[in-house]
Amino acid sequence: MSARDDFARALLDPDQPCPAGLVAWNGSDPARRFQVYRNNVLVALVDALADGFMVTRELVGDAFFRAMAAAHARAHPPRSPVLACYGADFPGFIARFPPAAGLPYLADVARLEYLRVVACHAADVAPVSQAALAARLADEAGLPALGLGLQPSLAVLSSRFAVVSLWAAHHGVGDLAAVLPEAAETALVLRPGLEVEVIGIPPASGVFIAALQSGRPLGQAADEAMALGVGFDLAATLGLLLQKSAVTALHPSGSIS
Amino acid sequence: MPKPVHPASPARGAAAPGPACLPPRCGLGLKPEHFRAILETQPEIGFFEIHAENYMVEGGPLHHYLTQIRSHYPLSLHGVGLSIGGDGELDAVHLDRLAALIERYAPDSFSEHLAWSSHGGVFLDDLLPLPYDRYSLIRVCAHIDQVQTRLGRRMLLENPATYVEFAASTFSEAEFLGEVVVRTGCGLLLDVSNAYVSCVNHGRDPWAFIEALPLAAVGQVHLAGFACDTDAAGDSLLIDTHGAPVSQAVWALYRRLLGRVGPMPTLIERDNDIPPLPVLLAEARCAQGMLQELAP
Repeated sequence: MSARDDFARALLDPDQPCPAGLVAWNGSDPARRFQVYRNNVLVALVDALADGFMVTRELVGDAFFRAMAAAHARAHPPRSPVLACYGADFPGFIARFPPAAGLPYLADVARLEYLRVVACHAADVAPVSQAALAARLADEAGLPALGLGLQPSLAVLSSRFAVVSLWAAHHGVGDLAAVLPEAAETALVLRPGLEVEVIGIPPASGVFIAALQSGRPLGQAADEAMALGVGFDLAATLGLLLQKSAVTALHPSGSIS
Repeated sequence: MPKPVHPASPARGAAAPGPACLPPRCGLGLKPEHFRAILETQPEIGFFEIHAENYMVEGGPLHHYLTQIRSHYPLSLHGVGLSIGGDGELDAVHLDRLAALIERYAPDSFSEHLAWSSHGGVFLDDLLPLPYDRYSLIRVCAHIDQVQTRLGRRMLLENPATYVEFAASTFSEAEFLGEVVVRTGCGLLLDVSNAYVSCVNHGRDPWAFIEALPLAAVGQVHLAGFACDTDAAGDSLLIDTHGAPVSQAVWALYRRLLGRVGPMPTLIERDNDIPPLPVLLAEARCAQGMLQELAP
């Protein structure tokens, strides 16, 4: 074990002793000084999570959130110095975090927030032009085999809980007290321009969009959506994707290269 | 194989060799909360500085705003994640990301820290101290050579704020930095606040420390605020928070430094408790006033 191993391990593990070999000019106990580094590391990682999971934090309160985030940071510290997308494992950690068991929807709210973080920093891709789209849609016979490329920022989250309403209520839309967390909701996350949007969509639309995103052509994606048996409005779903500039490529053969 | 030292002439704040250099004026750290205010008001400011790692994302608002702001202002790229003081190999993927960012924004300066932040594949998100011994010197110089070769430009190395020292150290920090500058040809980013914080924390005289640094290699100055704590003996322990205005003691050192090295690109750093842009612009004007006192 090198001195650096001891130093690094003690930073993240409060049960480890202060590393050997540290000194202070006045002969004072270096453990007190080492504590500054421990604190810096933990605060920085907790703050990084707090930035991305604001609604999760509001739902549990700051003290609970920081304790949960610190436990996560110690168990799953970042593997990269690029922290913009740190926290991919945090929703799963929340789902298994016993003190949060009383809020079964918390992990899905965190999943939604993480999708927003990823969408914010996703690549910018121009949507297909109206002309290209009109030309392709005019070919009705070819539509079932048509594949659609979607924005890199786009994601679908199908939840057993009212994640969209909870998220919206925490952003001043709707009354939080009126939200029934146990109502299943499907969220569409995407960034049409500079702002990430969270849109509640019917579950069948979620299945359809997820199928398109997986590279399946329109016809097959629509079949999967209808197989859900809860009604599927193809025109409205396509209309939403177009309105949000979500379609970035057309693949007549249905194959997504 | 040591490279020759570039005979920069920083007494006139010019001529750090490289693709470009920052103007000898005061700049500010660029914060997303100020993007729109900057573009709307186009304030009179020497340059903006960004933390490189914050912009290592594919798209979105960060690049949108930075692209616009870059078109109006000189830019300093300041890395916080290379772990130049680390034990292991530099992260080549991270160095590639840095090269791509430099390609995209053509910054006027690139700087990093005499510190480590990654170990064993884990990023610890802090600038951690290293012993100043022969082994560290060889590692740090090898890393800086690698960075300068990969990026094709000279980098500036920043002196750290530290809270502990190592029994194993055989160089003073100033001696260590002097050796690194001689062996690699890199420049020095002199963080006056870090110098002050470290000297208070280690019972030394800040001006004597600054005078012992390789001042001819200074290419940029940082100024920031700190918090006050005490150590186990009840002596002052200053914490480099970047969360407060620059202190009077640091301003006094800065003015004295300018008298010695001449006008220097100077950054007001503020990364926590970020106030509205006009507050930071006022602080930048303090530094700008001191810079202009030196103008012929």
